[in-house]
Amino acid sequence: MSGYLLRRLFHAAVTMVVAVSLIFIAMRLVPGNPLLARFGQHPDAEQMQRIIHEQGWDQPILSQLGRFLHQLATTGDFGESISRSHEKVSDELARRVPATIELTVVAMMLAIPLGVAAGIAAAVWRNRWPDRLCMAGAMLGVSVPVFFLGICLRAVFTGMPIGFRLPAFVIDFEPITEFYLLDTLLQKRFDLFGTAFKHICLPALALSSIPMSIIARITRSSMLEVLGADFVRTGRAKGASTWRVVMRHALPNAAAPIVNIAGFQIGVLLSGAVLTETVFDWPGMGKYVVDAVRESDYVIVQAGAFVIAAIFVSANLVVDLLYLWLDPRVRHS
Amino acid sequence: MKSADTIEPPGQRAWVRLRGSSSARIGAIVIVGFLLMAAFSHLLAPYSADSRDATVAAPSGPSKQHWLGVDANEKDVLSRVMYGSRLSLFAGLVSITFAVAVGAPAGAVAGYFGGWIETLIMRGIDIALAFPSILIALLVATAYKPGWSAVIIAVGLINVPVFARQVRVTVLTLRSLDYVLASRALGASPLHVLGRVVVPGIVNPVVVLATMGLGAAILEVAGLSFLGVGGDPTEPEWGSMLAQAKDHLSTSVWPAVGPGVAISLAILGFNLFGDGLRDALDPRLGDS
Repeated sequence: MSGYLLRRLFHAAVTMVVAVSLIFIAMRLVPGNPLLARFGQHPDAEQMQRIIHEQGWDQPILSQLGRFLHQLATTGDFGESISRSHEKVSDELARRVPATIELTVVAMMLAIPLGVAAGIAAAVWRNRWPDRLCMAGAMLGVSVPVFFLGICLRAVFTGMPIGFRLPAFVIDFEPITEFYLLDTLLQKRFDLFGTAFKHICLPALALSSIPMSIIARITRSSMLEVLGADFVRTGRAKGASTWRVVMRHALPNAAAPIVNIAGFQIGVLLSGAVLTETVFDWPGMGKYVVDAVRESDYVIVQAGAFVIAAIFVSANLVVDLLYLWLDPRVRHS
Repeated sequence: MKSADTIEPPGQRAWVRLRGSSSARIGAIVIVGFLLMAAFSHLLAPYSADSRDATVAAPSGPSKQHWLGVDANEKDVLSRVMYGSRLSLFAGLVSITFAVAVGAPAGAVAGYFGGWIETLIMRGIDIALAFPSILIALLVATAYKPGWSAVIIAVGLINVPVFARQVRVTVLTLRSLDYVLASRALGASPLHVLGRVVVPGIVNPVVVLATMGLGAAILEVAGLSFLGVGGDPTEPEWGSMLAQAKDHLSTSVWPAVGPGVAISLAILGFNLFGDGLRDALDPRLGDS
């Protein structure tokens, strides 16, 4: 068990380092000069040369990579943005990463219970109208792109706020963890909690649609398999109510594939977050990285790629462990 | 008259089941509709993709002259949606072909030979899967000379792991089946076994995945061009039309509806057809 854990951790770490190195090298091969964005119409060749030398961008790629990894490992510092002067990438990320995580967590908190509930309803009333309704909804959910759904939501709910996590006039609020929903609760600012919740509602709803649909479909098929099993029939035979059979006998046994697929959605969510943040001007890291890619600001891109990969790899690790805990067959093999 | 002891060939049985499936039928109708629209958009579209109509307010909603409204550049949305289907379908098809051509052989080799070559291929896929696909596509599309070909390559690349994984798992299962073992016991070379015995078993899952993958590829192409990576933004394309409509939402939402519904319908069509195809090709399902 601990051997498996260690192997899994090592594997995750190696994946991270290789992935980030590849991104680092790929960004250096990108044509285009990011400094031009900073200097605008009148680039000063001498000054640009000085910055390039100061930052070590004239050195061989591999030694730059070594320095980047060393600096990251020792100080956790990603350096300064190229295209925007005097912007510490780490500071910006410290504000933006929580915004993205908050968005994906709220989306997942919508997607998991609603998706599982829809899947159970579809399995229990198989081939009846709840099944048809849920599965048609799920089919539609996976087919409508998040960016179109986002635009529709914006058009329908015109009264909902767009573009910030809290209105700009809120000045008497100092975030602690940068997770606004959590911070407002911790500081007992329930009025601000409501406002922050209003801001996150539409983006989270748009982002949740695809994972919700996929979870509903997997829950349905997993439940159908379990509902036909002998122990469920035994449960019914001993007189347990349908509700009890479904929730206590069937669902725990159907849970492993659901957890697995829910974990798989993390990648979908982070991809979707990039698009959702663009539609709603959500100040998260997806939008930050997209803008940086366009300006070929590789300091931001490699930092963003590192953080995204780290979130992704660690989330997958957690899902694996959860899977291990849920399914004894995997645990003992 | 069908007697009980006639055995239908599996291909024919699958065809009968496919025709009986309502989701496959709806999907097929939608797909054929889009193919016809792409092929004949120069005849079907009421206007050319770039003709401007200065007589209407822009952007605005449906009217007698412009059924789906007019975008911010005074261009007819319906015509642009029709012309846009060409690029979307073409890009989807080419990128999925690329993904199958690279992913399927890689997965087959990994699954059949195992050993270090499997480790190498699967580790590469793990690394690719450590990033959200759109980020990889964004990087590839930017690193390469910007344009539609970069988008197509990027979308093809992020779909390679999908096929490699599926094919590897299928080959792993097939490898230990009796008829494959028998062929090896008869002294067939690994290439013969792989090509003549294993490949026919891979075709079905790959066809199903590719059908659904087409929908996903259309979505990813539109997503990338929505983010501003793509070719000429004045060209009619669903993703960039949506991006432009987003910036004028406060005036009119209509220019977003046409391209948005088109993308959703195309993806829905491929998903429905893929679902029906999977059920029809699955030998474990009865004829019930």
